[in-house]
Amino acid sequence: MRLYILKRLLLMIPTLLGVAVLVFLMLRVAPGDIVELKYAGTGVYAPKEAMDRERAQLGLDQPLWKQFTTWIIGIPRLDFGTSMWTGRPISHEIAIRLELSIELALMATFVAVLISVPLGTLAAVKQDTWIDYFVRVFSIAGLAIPSFWLGIVIILAFVIYFHWLPPLTFTSFWVDPKANLLQLIWPALAVGYRYSAVATRMTRSAVLEVLREDYIRTARAKGLWERAVLMRHALKNAMLPVITVIGLEFAFLVGGLVVTEQVFNLNGIGKLFVEAISQRDYTMVQNLVLLTSFVFVFVNFLVDMINAFIDPRIRYQ
Amino acid sequence: MKLMQVGSHTAKAMVVAGVVALFFQAPRLMAAQAQTPRSGGELVFAVGGTPPSYDGHRETTFAMLHPVAPHYSTLVRFDPQNYPKIVGDVAESWSVSRDALTYTFKIRKGIKFHDGSELTANDVKATYDKIVFPPAGVVSARQASYDLVKKIEAPDPLTVVFQLKHLSASFLANLASPWNFIYKASILEKDPRWYEKNIMGTGPFTFVEYVAGSHWVGKKNPNYYMKGRPYLDGYKGVFIRDTAPRVAAIRSGQALIEFRGFNPAARDDVVKSVGKQVVVQESPWACNLTVTLNNQKKPFDDPRVRRALSLAIDRWGGSKALSQISLMKHVGGLFRPGSEFAAPESELIKLPGFGKNIEAARKEARKLLKEAGVPEGFSFTLKNRNVREPYEVTGVYVIDQWRQIGLNVNHVQQEEGPYFNDFRLGNYDAGIDFACDFMDEPDQQLFKFVSSEKSPINYARYNDSLLDELYEKQSRTTDAKERLKVLRQFEKRVLDEKAYQFHILWWQRIIPHWAKVKGWKITPSHYVNQDLRDVWLAE
Repeated sequence: MRLYILKRLLLMIPTLLGVAVLVFLMLRVAPGDIVELKYAGTGVYAPKEAMDRERAQLGLDQPLWKQFTTWIIGIPRLDFGTSMWTGRPISHEIAIRLELSIELALMATFVAVLISVPLGTLAAVKQDTWIDYFVRVFSIAGLAIPSFWLGIVIILAFVIYFHWLPPLTFTSFWVDPKANLLQLIWPALAVGYRYSAVATRMTRSAVLEVLREDYIRTARAKGLWERAVLMRHALKNAMLPVITVIGLEFAFLVGGLVVTEQVFNLNGIGKLFVEAISQRDYTMVQNLVLLTSFVFVFVNFLVDMINAFIDPRIRYQ
Repeated sequence: MKLMQVGSHTAKAMVVAGVVALFFQAPRLMAAQAQTPRSGGELVFAVGGTPPSYDGHRETTFAMLHPVAPHYSTLVRFDPQNYPKIVGDVAESWSVSRDALTYTFKIRKGIKFHDGSELTANDVKATYDKIVFPPAGVVSARQASYDLVKKIEAPDPLTVVFQLKHLSASFLANLASPWNFIYKASILEKDPRWYEKNIMGTGPFTFVEYVAGSHWVGKKNPNYYMKGRPYLDGYKGVFIRDTAPRVAAIRSGQALIEFRGFNPAARDDVVKSVGKQVVVQESPWACNLTVTLNNQKKPFDDPRVRRALSLAIDRWGGSKALSQISLMKHVGGLFRPGSEFAAPESELIKLPGFGKNIEAARKEARKLLKEAGVPEGFSFTLKNRNVREPYEVTGVYVIDQWRQIGLNVNHVQQEEGPYFNDFRLGNYDAGIDFACDFMDEPDQQLFKFVSSEKSPINYARYNDSLLDELYEKQSRTTDAKERLKVLRQFEKRVLDEKAYQFHILWWQRIIPHWAKVKGWKITPSHYVNQDLRDVWLAE
């Protein structure tokens, strides 16, 4: 098992290095640079010398290999460089937003799990009844409705009917839990609902599949109560694909709530992503891509570990 | 006793008269009282972007100016009540030498930086040295506007002298630039880039905190040089990049104002939902959209074709239609309609494309295209930014106008990066360009039209020595009437004789805000009047 963990951890390095090379090159190939956008983008005439000076200051006059190695060598020392747009350390810029993004992802995951596991199981157990149909419609609607659209509807409903909006600025949960929850509960519901739709459907299929297995028939034949069959034998085995889906969705949520964060004006990683790309803030985009890749790889690793813990067959393989 | 009685009657009559007078005067008195500035409160406003650095000399975006300007003073400023009149800020007075090559400013005594130290002429000199002659490694975005400055001196602690290389009609207005924050000399001496990440000014508000991407907070400077100002206890600028949540923030009252401007739909939305608690201030905006033609590409190298393209656009009709749905509103030549440099309507309508008989103009346009050998259904692309308001709307309108003279135009909308890249490299046929200035000033507004080899922001790729000559001439002509004459010649050359590139419409600035925000007056620029020193809250 230890060897398995070590192997998986070591495999992360080439994966992340590959991502780093790709994102670095793709950004440099994209037309338009940050200095041009800064000046021409606001219609200001800046002489070529001033623009060249700014490029030199940002290190853009250096050869590509040097820019890349400077960046990559700093990462193990947790020196991610400075944002080309704001001039502040990348770690500082990301840290400000990371708490919000992780909290939102956790809350949305919590909402999703709370909805999907009971509903999915219920739909499987009551297959082809009105309960099953209701759950299927509910989850298909969740898949069909984009979370940002649901967010807009929530915001409009608040503003139009209650003349109220969630707080405009983020307050840490540890500073003021009420203000924090008032801001994040609505996007968490909007995102969590969509996220739960995928997990509900996965739970339903997985439970249905497991309920048809021989060992379930055996358990019933032994005279076990239906609840025990379901909880102890069916659900535990059905959870493997559900955990995988939930894990991957969680990883996506940390950096992928681009539109939802904009709709609710949340100062998270997704919004930072959009701003950094539109501003051609190379260093910021590079690090954000690397961060989200790391979250994906790491969560994937954790999911595999949890699966291995639940299912010994995976460990032995 | 009699006397007393008489006195008593008189007194009664006076009381009655007083009550009657009070009854009729009450609304006026109440209104007057309501307009008396009140101290206290925190102004929360929305900002549609985030500041890159905090250095006004370096940055170019309103997203930096709106939250940061309240921390600083400038040498002189535009008087928002009488725009574009220039009044002193840290300058108490100034004089200009007979040859108009030396400007001498007297600095107010007793102005203090937020750390308690006194502002002197040396700070003003150090500030302008950084702007005009930036040291190695320092970026000064508007350095080119001060090319004419020979040297800056501070002969005594309250006097600053600017010596110019040549005459300039716009030098004083350039000094009123809202970007030219006055910095502290001793700080600049130690680290000329210190102000990129720190705040130390003499403005009405001191710095409290900035949470990147979220908000900016300032609080009242008790030592501000204007006694009794600012009125507000503080302010909070909340960064909301997208329009929908920004409008929602105003509607809900979480933000009381946004200083850049909304489109008519957002204005109507706010007014409809908030009702009488909201007021709307509007002004022609010193911003416009321009059709830029690649003069090096066929058939746009032919002035007849360019003229035809301008003739085909119904600007007066467009003004009526587009102003319903976008910021695009005012028909104008090279200067903002209503500004001192703008051509009067009687002259404007003589320029091709600016007349009111669109049928005749289109007939002439078709004739010109035929003469130039451009076939019916000729196809080309119009490159545009992928920003809905006002770019996309305007692009669609212009294409429809050209369709009516038999042209088939493909609308290509691009993200800013590729858009500027293509403009710079000349990889386009026609495009929608823009300009936004902090003042109505020919030196700035005409720079886009001088030869491409001189002006990197002229993407139309032509060279015209006559235009360059006229540009220099107007810049150095200090007589207002003479200057206007040269400006009209310049305008005729660009829009009529050569039709190199041409404005479509000028924008309308629309600010719906909560009525309790008082003391702020809209100007034609969203860069001006942002120090918040006169702003107060009515409740």
